Amino acid sequence: MFAPDRSKYPEVVNGKAIIDLDSGKYLKLWQGPQHPGVTGNMSLELIICGDEVVDCKTHVGYLHRGFEKLMERRKFIQNFPIVCRICVPEPDTNEYLYAAAVEELAGIEIPEQAKWLRTLNMEMSRLTSFLMWIGGHAGAFGLGPIGQWAVTHRDYMLDLFEELSGGRIYHMYIIPGGVRNILPDGFNGRLEDTLQKIEKLLGEIEKVMLNNAVFKMRAVGLGIITHGMIDQYGIVGPIARAAGLKRDVRKDSPYLMYEHLDFDVINGTKSDAYERLLVRYREMFQSIDLIRQIMKHIDGSRDIHTKLPNVLHWKIPAGETYVKAESTRGEYGYFMVTDGSELPRRVYVRGPSYTHAVALLEDLIVNVNMADVAGLMTSLHTYPPEIER
Amino acid sequence: MTKETKHNPTILENNGLQEIERDYFCDARPEQSRPLAKYIEKFLNWARANSLWMLGFGTGCGAVELRPLMTARYDMYRYGIAPRPTPRQSSVFIIGGYASVKTTKRIIRSYEQMQQPKFVIALGSCPINGGMYWDSYNTINRIDHYIPVDVYIAGCMPRPESIIAGFELLKKLIKEGKAEGANKYIENLDWYKANQKKIIKDWNMPDYNW
Amino acid sequence: MKEIIQRLKQQFAISNVNQQRGDLTFLTVKQEQAVALITYLRDFEIFTHMVFLTAVDRIEDNQFQLTYMLHNYAIHQDLGIRVMTDREKAEMASIHHLWKQAGTYQRELKEMFGIDFPGSPRVDESFILEGWDNIPPMRRDFDTKKYSEETYFPRPGRESHDPETYMKSKLYPEGDA
Repeated sequence: MFAPDRSKYPEVVNGKAIIDLDSGKYLKLWQGPQHPGVTGNMSLELIICGDEVVDCKTHVGYLHRGFEKLMERRKFIQNFPIVCRICVPEPDTNEYLYAAAVEELAGIEIPEQAKWLRTLNMEMSRLTSFLMWIGGHAGAFGLGPIGQWAVTHRDYMLDLFEELSGGRIYHMYIIPGGVRNILPDGFNGRLEDTLQKIEKLLGEIEKVMLNNAVFKMRAVGLGIITHGMIDQYGIVGPIARAAGLKRDVRKDSPYLMYEHLDFDVINGTKSDAYERLLVRYREMFQSIDLIRQIMKHIDGSRDIHTKLPNVLHWKIPAGETYVKAESTRGEYGYFMVTDGSELPRRVYVRGPSYTHAVALLEDLIVNVNMADVAGLMTSLHTYPPEIER
Repeated sequence: MTKETKHNPTILENNGLQEIERDYFCDARPEQSRPLAKYIEKFLNWARANSLWMLGFGTGCGAVELRPLMTARYDMYRYGIAPRPTPRQSSVFIIGGYASVKTTKRIIRSYEQMQQPKFVIALGSCPINGGMYWDSYNTINRIDHYIPVDVYIAGCMPRPESIIAGFELLKKLIKEGKAEGANKYIENLDWYKANQKKIIKDWNMPDYNW
Repeated sequence: MKEIIQRLKQQFAISNVNQQRGDLTFLTVKQEQAVALITYLRDFEIFTHMVFLTAVDRIEDNQFQLTYMLHNYAIHQDLGIRVMTDREKAEMASIHHLWKQAGTYQRELKEMFGIDFPGSPRVDESFILEGWDNIPPMRRDFDTKKYSEETYFPRPGRESHDPETYMKSKLYPEGDA
């Protein structure tokens, strides 16, 4: 079992450090919700000794809206506008999973062109989310301009989304039964231009960030995760892949059209902040390549939505299912239970940050320098809205 | 600006604080700020309107549209707006979207720590009437019952151009002398406090967080 | 997967096996044998990845259905284990000694449903809600709309959603024309 190394501080009983706040040796700090050094809106209650962190407790719940309770009060078709707001930088994963769960329980088959369009949407959304992530990660280490470049290029992708679906952030493009729209004219050319701009940006990021001596000195060896920790904490996604495991939902349990696409699972050797960045950097290139492969299969046919029964009185037979997809953070899953009425019985959203931010962070953060706490949090890519939904 | 109000002789109760903490926190009531002579006030209003520094607190969904605002494409720096990490140095508080009960407590605490003159902009439809979470047990429906709001910007999420248009409206209000949110808060402090204490059940802060 | 289910049937009292998809199976097990079953699956059948632990409120049977989902990376199969527990005295043995992440799921279930896991680390601390003094909110008998209308001030809308009555009231405020 993994136990953090507290050997520097002498007061250790049963593997847990005894911290006496009155002794003047320790200081309790809140890296709170209103802080530029936390990703999103969560807070860390840190106890530090000198410059290093000794203990940490994560507090979440600042963004809790009670989604699961709200979804039980709305009909199946009324749920899809609120589902995309569960995870803000990556709304398409949530839309796809909700639609997939409903379709599986209702026994609906969607046409093939709709599946290709959904795959395109998911890969574009992964690229957008990675761009936002790399801006935040560089900012946590002090490299400000990369955030500016990355968010600007993400804006070009959001322009494409706006042409496709009408909204910049919340698209509501994938609905139960298919998708809403075919690609507009000239979309191919604009998409190719944007992808070339992003490839140029990634080349510049390599020069400025990946070969940067100061960045390497800070990031190499930060938050090392070993093989034995992965199943203990339920670590998924690029963090597990950087430790050497070949786990990718798109390859293990293929969904949509991923069986027809040609790609490899990207691995690293040991999982520290630098290797995780390398894995995600290469996955951005992989996403660009996948988008180009998908565009060859889209032929502009209009058969993108199956005919559903009257959606305002749509009763789905009783059953339960679990669907999952690969988001930028890892394995994202929806567990849905229906009971034959017009409203869903229970919808449970399993976000990958649930275990990364609470159980894993509290054990990884021991002995980390205060200044690197923000870097560690962005390196684990934790995002609070999917923890407390 | 408003006329001068009498200094209210009663002090704040600070019931939520423990005995040893009462020495650290002030218990005098806050005062409204008075305007100075006419042309000096016009000059000060012009200065305030053209250098609005906002507090970097991403309270909800709206924070995702504030990042593009800082980049070169929409560029809010040319309007004089810059994000600051601490409430002591900022004058605009942007409430991005919905506010849960836990976040409202921190919003109130940060808002009261800002120095006068201060303004509040609310983004999205959730602060107006609850938005799509109107029947949720953890999000508040009307934020102007808890802190005073000067400008509302509709949308879900509003585009960066709309946010800039909202800032332009706020500047117009400041230059005319009509952005009175902070003074209204101090004048009706008891009503706001009663609403806040109704939803925040574990009140362990001072009554006014200087 | 079928061989695994056969081996499980010989050793534990499982029932209600349902193969939902090619790679997803659900089964129900008695509450007393649940932790033993999960330990067996983790140690002998390579179901080493715990995906989630959640609960469904079956108020009509007066029971809570807990669902543990485990994943096997060798054969890429998901297995959902349903455990029914009583609704009045909702309690279940903790599995935090098997996976460290289980403590987080159990904290959330204690707060949202009221299911107790004795021995789980930090299970009594509030996880998501702050200062909550009502019944656990995810239970079916908690009415969230009523709670929201009483506690938070809803903004009143139009009385009638019918456009014709609205326009009539605007054009002829005194009464029928």
